[in-house]
Amino acid sequence: MKKATANKGSDGADRIRGVSAADAAERVSSALDKVIHERMRLGIVSALAANDKLSFSDLKSVLNASDGNISAHARKLEDAGYIVCEKSFSGRTPLTEYMLTDAGRDALQKYLDHMEALINAIKQP
Amino acid sequence: MKQETARREKEPTPSLHGRAADNLEYIRDAMQRSREFTAVPGYAGALMGVTAIGAGFIAETQTEPLFWLATWMIEALLAFLIGVLAMWQKSKMSDTALNSLPARKFALGFAPPIISGVILTALILYKGSPSLLPPVWITLYGVSVVTGGSYSVRPVPLMGWLFILTGAAATVARPELGNYFMIASFGFLHIVFGLVIGRKYGG
Repeated sequence: MKKATANKGSDGADRIRGVSAADAAERVSSALDKVIHERMRLGIVSALAANDKLSFSDLKSVLNASDGNISAHARKLEDAGYIVCEKSFSGRTPLTEYMLTDAGRDALQKYLDHMEALINAIKQP
Repeated sequence: MKQETARREKEPTPSLHGRAADNLEYIRDAMQRSREFTAVPGYAGALMGVTAIGAGFIAETQTEPLFWLATWMIEALLAFLIGVLAMWQKSKMSDTALNSLPARKFALGFAPPIISGVILTALILYKGSPSLLPPVWITLYGVSVVTGGSYSVRPVPLMGWLFILTGAAATVARPELGNYFMIASFGFLHIVFGLVIGRKYGG
């Protein structure tokens, strides 16, 4: 279940046109999906979007983050329904793997649309 | 913590456009790194190991230093071609450019010790001490793998360190054992780590 939603790209652009940069910043900030707007969570979702699944240690290496950092942010993404976690064993070693859900992929796409809309809106005179 | 807050306050606030562009760049970078991360051509590394073992046994039968050198030069060229072909195939399969940022980072980290190796090889041959070549090659290749693979999966830099240790052992061992150290490192280390990377990281 998503905790927050982002506006579609064109909506985002419409909202930004004709307002000051400060107003636009305020509006964009309030419209953004706060769950994936955080840097580490955005990194986790982006890395998972490019792969079927990644293990906990893969994510740690890709994002150059600590155990606690990955663990805390992954839990928030799991709570939001954006990723799912699979626990198994590789031999005798516990293996934790993460996968992006459809909701997570959709949220990332909306976030990307929002960023692109923002850039396009500001480019226009 | 206070210093960090003060630093942030001093920094000019980035423009909205800049932040959006920065976020997009971050997403692209995270995707690219994770793709590269799992696209380490492990099985190609194992294949390089097999050819290195073959080259090692051929080189062992050579009595002329020139033929011994030629055997390893041909093997180096063959391994290079296997590596490039594997990277090209992986880049096609993962739909990323062969000159992607992580690939460039790998090349920039990998190349300097290899270039140093070529220079030292020329110097050692000029000085007439070819028995010094195995420890130099093994050690410098290890340094290349450590520096080039510093952003890759953990087994890659670990393999590099084992090359360095093998190179150190070859330095103090009897010169006639050089070929065996070459087989142990370029052959068996490549095969073992190649299979581990191939099985664990999908190819």
